[in-house]
Amino acid sequence: MAKRIDVSGLTAYYGSHKAIEDISMTVEPRSVTAFIGPSGCGKSTFLRTLNRMHEVTPGGRVEGKVLLDDEDLYGHGVDPVSVRREVGMVFQRPNPFPTMSIFDNVAAGLRLNGNYKKNELSDIVEKSLRGANLWNEVKDRLNKPGSGLSGGQQQRLCIARAIAVEPNVLLMDEPCSALDPISTLAIEDLIGELKERFTIVIVTHNMQQAARVSDRTAFFNLAAVGQPGKLVEIDDTERIFSNPSVQATEDYISGRFG
Amino acid sequence: MDITTAPTDAPPPLSQPSPTEQKRAARGATRPGDRIFLGLSRGSGILLLVIMAAIAVFLTWRAALAISEDEGNFLTTFEWNTQAQPPVFGIAVLAFGTVVSSIIAMVIAVPIAVAIALFLTHYAPRKLSGPIAYVIDLLAAVPSIVYGLWGALILVPNLNGLYAWLDQYLGWTGILEWNGGAPRSMFTVGVLLAIMILPIITNVSREVFRQVPQMHEEAALALGATRWEVIRMAVIPFGRSGVISASMLGLGRALGETMAVATVLSPSFEIQASLLDPGGGTFAQNIASKFGEASEFGRDALIASGLVLFVITLLVNGAARAIIARRKEYSGANA
Amino acid sequence: MSHAVVTDKRPSSLRGAQLPKWSPWAIAAGSLAVAVGIGLAAGLHSRIQWGLIAALLFIAGTFGIAARVEGKRQAKDRVATSLVWVAFLIAVVPLVSLIWVTVQRGMKVLDGYFLTHSMGLVADSEPGGGIYHAILGSLEQVGLATVIAAPIGVLTAIYLVEYGRGNLARAVTFFVDVMTGIPSIVAGLFILSLMLIFDMQPFGFAGSLALAILMMPVVVRSTEEMLKLVPNELREASLALGVPKWRTILKVVLPTSIGGITTGIMLAVARIAGETAPVLLLVWGNPFINANPFEGAQASLPLYIYQQYANSAGSGAAYDRAWAASLTLIAFVMILNLLARGIARWKAPKTGR
Repeated sequence: MAKRIDVSGLTAYYGSHKAIEDISMTVEPRSVTAFIGPSGCGKSTFLRTLNRMHEVTPGGRVEGKVLLDDEDLYGHGVDPVSVRREVGMVFQRPNPFPTMSIFDNVAAGLRLNGNYKKNELSDIVEKSLRGANLWNEVKDRLNKPGSGLSGGQQQRLCIARAIAVEPNVLLMDEPCSALDPISTLAIEDLIGELKERFTIVIVTHNMQQAARVSDRTAFFNLAAVGQPGKLVEIDDTERIFSNPSVQATEDYISGRFG
Repeated sequence: MDITTAPTDAPPPLSQPSPTEQKRAARGATRPGDRIFLGLSRGSGILLLVIMAAIAVFLTWRAALAISEDEGNFLTTFEWNTQAQPPVFGIAVLAFGTVVSSIIAMVIAVPIAVAIALFLTHYAPRKLSGPIAYVIDLLAAVPSIVYGLWGALILVPNLNGLYAWLDQYLGWTGILEWNGGAPRSMFTVGVLLAIMILPIITNVSREVFRQVPQMHEEAALALGATRWEVIRMAVIPFGRSGVISASMLGLGRALGETMAVATVLSPSFEIQASLLDPGGGTFAQNIASKFGEASEFGRDALIASGLVLFVITLLVNGAARAIIARRKEYSGANA
Repeated sequence: MSHAVVTDKRPSSLRGAQLPKWSPWAIAAGSLAVAVGIGLAAGLHSRIQWGLIAALLFIAGTFGIAARVEGKRQAKDRVATSLVWVAFLIAVVPLVSLIWVTVQRGMKVLDGYFLTHSMGLVADSEPGGGIYHAILGSLEQVGLATVIAAPIGVLTAIYLVEYGRGNLARAVTFFVDVMTGIPSIVAGLFILSLMLIFDMQPFGFAGSLALAILMMPVVVRSTEEMLKLVPNELREASLALGVPKWRTILKVVLPTSIGGITTGIMLAVARIAGETAPVLLLVWGNPFINANPFEGAQASLPLYIYQQYANSAGSGAAYDRAWAASLTLIAFVMILNLLARGIARWKAPKTGR
């Protein structure tokens, strides 16, 4: 299922403001890639260009190429809706649909994509909830609203919802920033399991988290406020945290700015 | 007693009356200015309550005077003859007409208003949606008599073709049969009321749809939902209670609308089988049209019918509030 | 993997077949052309039908074409889009027509003479006459209603926001809500029941009282909203300086929110200025100038429109006057609305919002 992402020369705008400039990188399948960098460096914007969510923001537009196993997401005639089906996303704040039950939340994406029989649907929902390490906690209350869960459980519910449609890539935008340390740990463990099946890209503010969960790390930076963000370097996580090739990366990681 | 006795400036416990201190405490931080101002503002609030009570009392009293003389059954009589000796009158026709015209108005107006609200928040180009919303806001302020004049002189003559058409294709249903009379029927009233309440429902619904949290819409988008699916998954469920309350607001206005009905309808005191045939009446319209030549007793009878309208609108408003309160509870946990 | 199902149902490529960007316009133009064709061929006179046929064709056409080319989900999405557009257009037609017709027909007799003369002895079916008496009556009735309702409404709102706790405040809040829903004719009947008791003849001030009842809850609601926007820090800062509460309200809270309160009152005035029903019951109307709102029947602008329409037996001259009076009334209401919004916008930044 997992696919490779190949980005070349990607620039994204908000109206006339250039948010990120000329980014090229490769994200390997079945691995976790972390994006780190100071606030405003465009790492979240870049993440959102990978499933064409950036253009949802008014004035958002993109130049450049994003290849998903040789197919350009921004190519002529590509439907953003089918892109988002292939590239799932988990957001900063847990956002289960408030009026839907836990079951319906997980099934939401499936119901869009086809007609499933009742038992097919419950099989997939169970499998996804198990995949998100949530099954044991919610199996007795699948018909209760998803908004009744704790923050960490809600976030895992959102992960279950995202993986239920079996995407090729899973994007996570600071998925733990609104959670307590124990819930964070649960999500980090889950990421470790999910990378067996998916290509995972995660934006994080927490460098320990990047070091713990990712195989490769990309460091983003911006020259000054108002300037576009740029990719400084991308390398194996171990190397980035022990012996980065750029001075700015080392300064950031050792806490000298950011 | 332990902690509370310690500070000297704490309010004295009730068990130890110290007359001067107690008086001061009861008045709070009073000065003449404060007392007068509080008195004035509280008095205004009380005056409002008194007015409401007076409305209920006087309407009920005058209505009772009339109903006690009524030879017919006030609720079921198909007649309004207050001059007769003894007088015979009943509200059956009016209740029917009021309900039917309001239902027609709601059936037409609510879906269109919701669609326009969605149009403004999710479909229209931004440059267009701002000015359009502004204009619709202003249209909500157009006086109902102007809608009435427009309805009578412009809408009615233009409905002949539509009536013939409805009769041709849907006449077999019975309720959309047309005998060729002037289109001054309950159906036309419903259409006009729909046009009148459209801006109100649209405005409130638009406000509600605008408040749908971005993150719910993005959640749907990220699952690969089309725009319509986003609306169905995230926008409509969130906005439902707001749309209901907006509709109730519109319904309240449709039920009590007087002039637009009085100008368009050609009234009669019978219930027409077909919505397209002229005749029937509504509470408010009947009061306005019968009032001119009514005797004092006749006016009391009209007041009695007004009381029923008052009660109906109270019930509708109460229902709207109950629905909203319950919905709030249901979706409160997601905040 | 247990779900071969999922992979089967998904297109092999991101690139689904897509309709070109101009296709909605093309379908719209096509449906319009066909509808006009059908209309002409079948001899349908009413333009309403032409429009409805075009709308139906547009929606059906969109669904058919999109379902064939893009698949069912996309087709549903496109149908939703076209439905929303069609709903918008359907609604725009009557509303635009209302404004257009009022302006166009209203201009016919609206001139200086019309605004400065009463109907006097002009018969309803004859041309001539004007609305001076009606404007005068409306201004007096609405003015008196405002003088009564605005202070009571503002004070009630102050009570609710600044003092209101406990049962009385809850009762007031509840009944203000109830009062908002009173149909205007019921307010008229209430004053009428009082007049019946004292055996009074119709006069302008009776109308003012009914209008005041309709206006009060609107003023309370809008003023409440505005007072709630005043940050608590401001009140506390003033109270901490030892300023008594009533002076804090008068000197700090009200000045901060005065723009919004004025806006609310003006919108309420605009609303009652168009009320016809209570005026019909309580003021009766009068073709002559009566400047005294406390004695004798008076005219009023909305009532004038109704009477010109209802008593004219189809006379064109009376209809012209009705349209001209409508235009005057709409202009008055719109100017009030625009001014109110202007004030709201102009005052807004000062309240820190």
